[in-house]
Amino acid sequence: MGIESPPSPAVQMRGITKRFPGVLANDHVDLEVYPGEVMALLGENGAGKSTLMNVLSGLYRPDEGEILIHGWPVHLHSPRDAIAHGIGMVHQHFMLVETLTVAENVILGLDTVGWVPRMEEVHRQIEALSEQYGLRVDPTAYIWQLSVGEQQRVEILKLLYRGADILILDEPTAVLTPQESADLSRTLRRMADEGKAVIFITHKLDEVMAFADRVTVLRAGKVVATLRTAETNKVELARLMVGREVLFRLEKRTCQPGEVALEVKDLQALNDKGLPALRGVSFQICAGEILGIAGVAGNGQRELAEVITGLRRATGGSVRVYGRDITNRSPREIIEAGISHIPGDRVGVGLVPNLPISDNLAMKAYRHPPLARGPLLDRSAMRDFARRLVEAFRIATPSPQTPARLLSGGNQQRVVLAREITASKGILVAVYPTRGLDVGATEAVRKALLEERDKGAAILLISEDLDELMQLSDRIAVLYEGQVMGVVVPEETTPEAIGLMMAGQRAEE
Amino acid sequence: MTIVFEKRLTRSRRAMFLVPVLSLVLALVFGAMILLVFRVNPLEAYRVMVQGSLGSGYALSETLVKAIPLMLTGLGVAIAFRMLFWNIGAEGQLAMGGIAAAYIALFWADRLPGPLVLPTMFVAGVLAGAVWGLIPAFLRAALGVNEILTTLMMNYIAILLVEYLYLGPWRDPQGYGFPGTAQFPQVAWLPRLTGRVHVGLIFALVAAVLVWFVLNRTRWGYEIQVIGENPRAARYSGINIGFNILLVMLLSGGLSGLAGMAEVAGISRRLYQGLTVGYGYTAIIVAWLANLNPWGILLVAFLMGALLVGGDQLQVALGLPAAVALVLQGAILFFVLGGSIFVNYRVRIIRGHKEAKEA
Repeated sequence: MGIESPPSPAVQMRGITKRFPGVLANDHVDLEVYPGEVMALLGENGAGKSTLMNVLSGLYRPDEGEILIHGWPVHLHSPRDAIAHGIGMVHQHFMLVETLTVAENVILGLDTVGWVPRMEEVHRQIEALSEQYGLRVDPTAYIWQLSVGEQQRVEILKLLYRGADILILDEPTAVLTPQESADLSRTLRRMADEGKAVIFITHKLDEVMAFADRVTVLRAGKVVATLRTAETNKVELARLMVGREVLFRLEKRTCQPGEVALEVKDLQALNDKGLPALRGVSFQICAGEILGIAGVAGNGQRELAEVITGLRRATGGSVRVYGRDITNRSPREIIEAGISHIPGDRVGVGLVPNLPISDNLAMKAYRHPPLARGPLLDRSAMRDFARRLVEAFRIATPSPQTPARLLSGGNQQRVVLAREITASKGILVAVYPTRGLDVGATEAVRKALLEERDKGAAILLISEDLDELMQLSDRIAVLYEGQVMGVVVPEETTPEAIGLMMAGQRAEE
Repeated sequence: MTIVFEKRLTRSRRAMFLVPVLSLVLALVFGAMILLVFRVNPLEAYRVMVQGSLGSGYALSETLVKAIPLMLTGLGVAIAFRMLFWNIGAEGQLAMGGIAAAYIALFWADRLPGPLVLPTMFVAGVLAGAVWGLIPAFLRAALGVNEILTTLMMNYIAILLVEYLYLGPWRDPQGYGFPGTAQFPQVAWLPRLTGRVHVGLIFALVAAVLVWFVLNRTRWGYEIQVIGENPRAARYSGINIGFNILLVMLLSGGLSGLAGMAEVAGISRRLYQGLTVGYGYTAIIVAWLANLNPWGILLVAFLMGALLVGGDQLQVALGLPAAVALVLQGAILFFVLGGSIFVNYRVRIIRGHKEAKEA
């Protein structure tokens, strides 16, 4: 790219407003992206980032405002329209056909390939693109054979093959290992160098600083700032994003582990497809200690949590609570044994969205006094209980009678947290406890976990956020294909070392 | 131009009131067209229906007679539906309740002390319905067998069993060949309140209170609600789903069994083909129209009773074929049930832009 007069923007969005029933998702948003740059779209959940990009990629139509592509006003009525204008988007959930090959997915839906596509030619073109942008993937491989990171590359290739020069990626690193993220960052840079405009959505500040040339910060549907990353820093971005100062360092006292609270030995289990998901997992957690489980999603984390909490059968091995064997006991017995569980699927498992918050808070306590009086339920005690928890855990809700589905993600998680911490008798299994939460809510959840640890709880923390694991855990076990690759102490290791284990390399002992 | 259904964020209060009314009006207009085909004045027909079902003390009592089994079976299926257990076997459970009550009345009435006959029939009817409901419940809880199929199949077994009994071994020898058992001895007659309205009405009212109390005031009711709204959350919070299926079906089947007992002991006083006329199926509609609310079920069952009686009146007073009455009933249900979507959804018409492809 030569140094010429400033290029005209590839994308200009002017005064974009998008309303949903009861929500103003985008409020007169202006956005400009230039060819040759990587632009970050930063904001908390619900700030309107995805909505704005869905408008740009033709999924939504704006209620007000206009879009100019390379200076020309356009009306985008579908993703097909958008790609015809060179705009393509990689969604968080991939849109690939698992039983087709990479090349078949790439040409799927294209009308330029004819009735009988010449696959040799397609393969060559894909290989050329892979080479050009550093997107390693075998065009003849089937999608189901690929890792999540490789599938993402296929999604990007799909857009490049269609000649997209404006690429949008929605939270692309959420599913990647640190190494894969670094690869992606290089790919984005190469695409920018080729003169493409790249936009990526994120709420992670580190990524903004590492990947982007410029950043636009959205808060509550409005643009609060557009900055060059070279001229800003994480603290400023966090303040812009949240609207107040944010603590980055949580105070963490040194761990004082007590006796072994939870012991897992040679645990084995199958996943939903009946294939081995856990292949001999062993670890111990002491009272007053947080053991983090790192790993790329889908390497047995969910199954591990489910086996410990009695929701999935172990096919081998044992789980002991303070020495007592609870392997394959019923969920009820395991709850009574003192294990609390913050499930990874908050709305699908952890809550009953249509029932009031008070009923949701009572889901573990309703069997015992004061909520229960024999077989009867004391509804007024239930209301008192709910009021107390709403206050103690600062759940923002109009009333304890509000259905849980109407709360924000952060407040829903506070409901789960309040219930599980209150019910806990010493052991807490927390699965992705801050996933999808904004900065403020994340902070609150992490603080609560550390407080429980300091009070003597043994906590199993499963997370896909390496920063979170490094910050909270006293030890980290890395899970890969159902096996523990190694156990490390955060202060004595690096994200890169953990990343290697996440990719399947055993720690050297 | 495209038409889309958008989910309303909150259920519209105005729609909740307006939709049923408008649905009813539309149904009546639709029914009027059918009546015109038969050269009957629709206004006259509707007047006959209202007069015949609500217009006099006798009419009201007949409506209540039809409402009683609908109330009991409606409450029965509603409690199962609350847990997302699709018990569509109320008809069979009612039939088994009737058989059990008839068995006591026919073969034990003279051997039991008089005052004990009706209570024994009560218990037998409830137990028979409960056991009939327990079989599909067990199959589902233990083996994961789909209850929609099993409860439906169990209906056919029960209905044919009733038929076999009154045509075969239990047939009245002095019945001049009429299909049916002998009339029960008088100790086995359920007392009547007024007209043909029997004590079953009180059973139904008490049952509604009981169901409401269980659902809203007990731990068990709370568990039923959690299972119904989110089974995965229920399992996660340690609720034993299989055990609850068994318990709920005991109650659900028991209530339908009681309906059968009340029918044979309160109305027919014998076992004959009039026992299984579809109350158990109509109960499904009653339960849904009432949004599974026990008080609502009492009201809807009453209105449904009026619709049934009014339909009969069309045949009697205007000489319309029985099928026409059924068509009218079907139309009203179709419109009211179909209309309920507008309470939760609103329709939006989006006009496409012609200039879509340029620029």
